Amino acid sequence: MTQVLDPPVKPAPLVSGAARTARRKAALEWVAVHALGVAAALFFTLPFVFVFLTSLMSDSQALSRDLVPHTWEWGNYKSVFDTPGFLTWWRNTLLYAGLGTVLTVVSSIPVAYALAKFRFRGRSLSLMLVISMMMLPPQVVVIPMYLFWAKQLDLSGTLWPLIVPMAFGDAFSIFLLRQFLMTIPNEYLDAARVDGCGDLRTLLRVVLPMAKPGIAAVALFQFFYAWNDYFGPQIYASENPGAWTLSYGLESFKGAHHTDWNLTMAATVLVMAPVILVFFFAQKAFVEGVTLTGVKG
Amino acid sequence: MSGATLASRRRRSALRTLAFMSPWLIGFAVFFAYPLLSTVYFSFMHYDGFRPPEWSGGKNWRYVFEHYPLFWPALRNTLWLVLVMVSLRVVFGLGVGLLITKIKTGTGVFRTLFYLPYLAPPVAATMAFAFLLNPGTGPVDSILEKTGLPAPAWFNDPAWSKPALTLLALWGVGDLMVIFMAALLDVPAEQYEAAELDGASAWQRFRYVTLPNISPIVMFAVVTGVIQTMQYYTQPLIAGKVASGVIQGAGTQFEPGYPDKSTLTLPQLVYNLGFQRFDYGSACVVALVLFALSMAFTALLMRRRGGLIQAGD
Repeated sequence: MTQVLDPPVKPAPLVSGAARTARRKAALEWVAVHALGVAAALFFTLPFVFVFLTSLMSDSQALSRDLVPHTWEWGNYKSVFDTPGFLTWWRNTLLYAGLGTVLTVVSSIPVAYALAKFRFRGRSLSLMLVISMMMLPPQVVVIPMYLFWAKQLDLSGTLWPLIVPMAFGDAFSIFLLRQFLMTIPNEYLDAARVDGCGDLRTLLRVVLPMAKPGIAAVALFQFFYAWNDYFGPQIYASENPGAWTLSYGLESFKGAHHTDWNLTMAATVLVMAPVILVFFFAQKAFVEGVTLTGVKG
Repeated sequence: MSGATLASRRRRSALRTLAFMSPWLIGFAVFFAYPLLSTVYFSFMHYDGFRPPEWSGGKNWRYVFEHYPLFWPALRNTLWLVLVMVSLRVVFGLGVGLLITKIKTGTGVFRTLFYLPYLAPPVAATMAFAFLLNPGTGPVDSILEKTGLPAPAWFNDPAWSKPALTLLALWGVGDLMVIFMAALLDVPAEQYEAAELDGASAWQRFRYVTLPNISPIVMFAVVTGVIQTMQYYTQPLIAGKVASGVIQGAGTQFEPGYPDKSTLTLPQLVYNLGFQRFDYGSACVVALVLFALSMAFTALLMRRRGGLIQAGD
């Protein structure tokens, strides 16, 4: 009797012991992974936090080594907005980023469509040239471009030399859109053709509605590109503060307030915030674009 | 009859292609091919923007390679950045990508937090780091000092300015994280299970299952990293200008590469020669060096079998 009763008791600790070690190991791994995650999260977020906290300090405290403001000076943000030129930089940035994005998207879609779906001689070569252009820094052709815009067309001191070329397709946008359009099955295009749609109608009525996520990603990247661009405005707009963008003006703001880290950080926050807000509204399209091309923003 | 319709259909199809491709064809000719040829032309000319261009043979080329004091420092910095910054970014990006695939609770929040710095506009991000790492007032050095660690002068010390830029680049590793994350999730689960049955340790599973599967993506990250390093402009320029305390007006007067040429990169030389020294010819020489280097690495990217970027069908 005791022998019958005993066995189920004896192996039980063995089984649950093994299960317990496995569970303990899993729990330990969970803790280790998430601890590492929190540490990484601190590395990625603390710079934002310190910048934001400093933007709310008083002038004198911003020069100290304190990390947290004694008094919260929200007026710093008002001072930034009151800085002569700041609102003009905003307007110029919105013009450059907004108009530039619209032009890029409209001009890149047909090119990407042809590269993705038409069969023609020179297609591979065109695609290789698009990829090569995508990899080239703007400095490679800037000297003749500057001479062209400034000496021949007398347009330096404006943002037009940066906006007009966007009406002629952008290599990165064409490539990203082409990658996206490749994923649309040809059957849809054939069906549209059977229904008597011409190429343009097929593109507008059938392809574009399906390509919305790709178009959204391209628009976002292009918007961010223009928002972040420093070299372009430095070359073409530097001589005329009325044409400066936020990215370009921010540095001169630092120059004019060289010891007021609080105001400079407030201006920095105001340049970063819109990009981050846009990202939160369009996160999915953005991440999709990164994985689709794996190149850059 | 049918031959004529075939020919006319062909012609129509060619016209259609031409129409759809036209924005880029014009853009390519006007904003790339023509200026690239002019760049070659100007590289053999003496031109200051005021007097008409004058043939000068190989003088600009000799000047850039033999006498221009900023060329070799910039190339050396680029090599440093390729060796240190690019490899650290790839390793760190892979590490963060691995971490995010292991995180089971709050994955979305972690992923967003890790990704955000990549979006920070370069000028703003560099400005933020110039403040964070500022020797007198920055929080990083005050924390380092409290813990008894050495507190370097970062952007004000030639030995530490590139490590500081590397730190900034590691902060913005979000692009690589997303790419690696996607690649890691694509590794077939059966291979891990098989390795586990064979008693492989975590390191062995990473070494013999994960790495072989993601190696094309690692290669892609390295090559695009090198290409991006050729274009590295805004961050080193802003870091140098802010740390040196130069006050920018509408002017162009600042010595690039502060401190002691340690943050010079090739694109900055095009600006320095063309727009500060008005030596357009020599600026074009540097532009062509930049072109050759970028193209060499782009060719590597397109050539490799296993498809980093597939240009053909």
